[in-house]
Amino acid sequence: MSAAAWSAIQLTLQLSTLTTLCLLLLATPLAWWLSQTRSRWRAPVSALVTLPLVLPPTVLGFYLLVILGPEGPLGRLTEALGWGLLSFSFPGLLLGSVIYSLPFAVQPIARAFESMGRRPLEVAATLRARPLDAFFSVTLPLARPGLVTAAILSFAHTVGEFGVVLMIGGNIPGRTQVVSTQIYGHVEAMEYAQAHTLAAGMLAFSFLMLLPLYLIKRRSDGVMP
Amino acid sequence: MSKLFLSLICALALGVCAHAAEVTVAVAANFAAPMQQIARAFAQDTGHQAVVSLGATGSFYAQIRNGAPFHVFLSADDETPQRLEREGLAVSGSRFTYALGQLVLWSPQPGRVDDRGEVLRTGAFPRLAIANPRLAPYGQAAMQVLDRMGVTAQWQPRLVVGENIAQAYQFVATGNASLGFVALSQVLVDGRMDVHISGRLREGSAWIVPPSLHEPIRQDAVLLSRGQGNPAATALLAYLRGDKARAVIRAHGYSLGAGVGS
Amino acid sequence: MSDRLQPDPGLHLQLSLQRADFGLSVDLRLPGRGITVLFGPSGSGKTTLLRCVAGLEPAARGQVRVLGEAWQDDAAGVCLPAWRRDLGYVFQEPSLFEHLDVRRNLDFGIRRAGKPGAAQALAEAVALLGIGHLMDRRIGQLSGGESQRVAIARALATRPRLLLLDEPLSAIDPARRGEVLPWLERLRDELHIPMLYVTHAVGELARLADHLVVLEAGQVRTEGPADALLVDQSLAVLAGIEAGTLVSAEVAERDADGQRLRVQFEGGSLWLPDEGQALGARIWLRVLPLGRAATDPAPRAGAASAPAHSPR
Repeated sequence: MSAAAWSAIQLTLQLSTLTTLCLLLLATPLAWWLSQTRSRWRAPVSALVTLPLVLPPTVLGFYLLVILGPEGPLGRLTEALGWGLLSFSFPGLLLGSVIYSLPFAVQPIARAFESMGRRPLEVAATLRARPLDAFFSVTLPLARPGLVTAAILSFAHTVGEFGVVLMIGGNIPGRTQVVSTQIYGHVEAMEYAQAHTLAAGMLAFSFLMLLPLYLIKRRSDGVMP
Repeated sequence: MSKLFLSLICALALGVCAHAAEVTVAVAANFAAPMQQIARAFAQDTGHQAVVSLGATGSFYAQIRNGAPFHVFLSADDETPQRLEREGLAVSGSRFTYALGQLVLWSPQPGRVDDRGEVLRTGAFPRLAIANPRLAPYGQAAMQVLDRMGVTAQWQPRLVVGENIAQAYQFVATGNASLGFVALSQVLVDGRMDVHISGRLREGSAWIVPPSLHEPIRQDAVLLSRGQGNPAATALLAYLRGDKARAVIRAHGYSLGAGVGS
Repeated sequence: MSDRLQPDPGLHLQLSLQRADFGLSVDLRLPGRGITVLFGPSGSGKTTLLRCVAGLEPAARGQVRVLGEAWQDDAAGVCLPAWRRDLGYVFQEPSLFEHLDVRRNLDFGIRRAGKPGAAQALAEAVALLGIGHLMDRRIGQLSGGESQRVAIARALATRPRLLLLDEPLSAIDPARRGEVLPWLERLRDELHIPMLYVTHAVGELARLADHLVVLEAGQVRTEGPADALLVDQSLAVLAGIEAGTLVSAEVAERDADGQRLRVQFEGGSLWLPDEGQALGARIWLRVLPLGRAATDPAPRAGAASAPAHSPR
């Protein structure tokens, strides 16, 4: 495979891995709040979290582009802070990917928290565990299957991402060209051999990365009676 | 104009000796194949690197408006570069037509399309594919041809509209539409055409539409504001009008009429 | 006994809790030692009261004072969260942590309570409940009775000042309840931790209670020493149980095959199932009338119910 292809693969894997990690960090407290709260904000926030699913990816990408651009609120903020523009850069792709896959991360984790019920935490409290302690020593271990599912979905979804990445990233080789947009370029240029190789390679890579996650999940599922 | 000509000379003269710069080019996806070739030759001949981004013209417009880091833009139409010029996002006076699209009525079935397009008057096929006339100049041209031939009414209910010329081609290539208006560059053998012979089609049958039947499908290039002062950008634009590039462009089924690229 | 010489601060529970369909309102002073049984039909508020004492009901109002320590005192603006209350809680369903094995479940509270002599306390609890052979098992491999014994040991391992038990036997297969009940009696006999024990089963009440609180619809109907309530007809009726008669007896003889023992009381003797009582020990028999026989005009006493607890 050409250097350009390796560069795109590397970028894709970096993006997917970082997006997954960011999503786990972001979605877990959010899912926790959604599963525990009785506030009237619960429904609107849930709906908001699901919104990225509703918009076509190119449309989502377009609006993110405007927001992150020099005329948009976030763009103006980042420029004022001296960070330049997030669009057409890797951090911009990361932001777009996190928003795009947010519902896939939040839902499984929130379900896992809900199905656990309040009992384990009450037990932990009667055993002198402070709330934060209980969260890490009881809630998270019991929610592991949900966390793994969230990781799997986020990773896979980001690997396959096209419209959002194309819009925010501009498909610039070496900077924002991921495998999906590179394959698109090959197809447009009628370079089918390269397209096939890249597609097959990416499928193989993704399979190898997802397999261990599913094996972990199977073990976790076995723990629950 | 003379200023531009002067900078062209300087760029050409200094191109090889000057410190190699990089130019980021936004290229309409349908021009992908020729552009890859031109970029390679460009790098060899001038030492400058052209970083090519492929995408849709409409998307590029939105991106350029929102701060995209492109220096040069090769559009699939002439309208978009004009608009960018008007909005101050492109350097005025830098716009030129780098290629003229050649429309072709094509079917993968041999013998289906005659070489004079009579099939449009007589054919009773269920579906005819075109690109979206609202979005793609090839689509506009296709509609103009139907109007000129007076057969719009009979084909209107049977039109299958692709979002762009690539999708129109896919409809025909997969047999979902029996025939369709596509770009010549899409149906040549290996995407190339021998300049001296009228070209062998990859497969099937086709009618190469005479340009007189529609408005020219102008594909314009323009220097974007961000590219101003970038020697590689200026060099690329000049290179596109050079003989080597023109040969590649023609070989891929685009035409270069008089006054184009000069 | 030395603890008799010190005044007993006991438990002062003055609680009210309002829900849509239910209201709890109690004002109780309970002894600071032995087992106090909270008794009543389902829906009477027994579990709610227990949870309020534990600090698991944030909407509870009032006072909770345990052995001189204020866990909640609305007037003084004190309300300790559950994890700061020095208690042990055994839930109705065995609520062991499924992601930890038995040993780690037991360790969970110890590490966080941070009390001296923790290892000792754990060893005693394990011995007291006979779970030493289960230490490395996974939770899914335990029977209901074993799970509850582990849960009790886990609650005890933190050396709490008060042990709360919410119908610990009701989720266990009736045939297996006998596994756990004797251990609870041992707890009462060997530990000096006061216990609040919720149940609606008379049998458990009879065997375990030192003190009795009868609840109905969120209010206290009656409370007092269990012995008195069990024999006083009028009080017993309030509790919804049959008073029966308590008869004092002595363990006279043990059968050779170890299955039965003979108790001698004034007027006769009976053979009863051997539950390990020592020869010569004095026990109470609770005798309930079973009903009239078809041909016999006078009511006859039926066989004694399971042996009542020993008098102190």
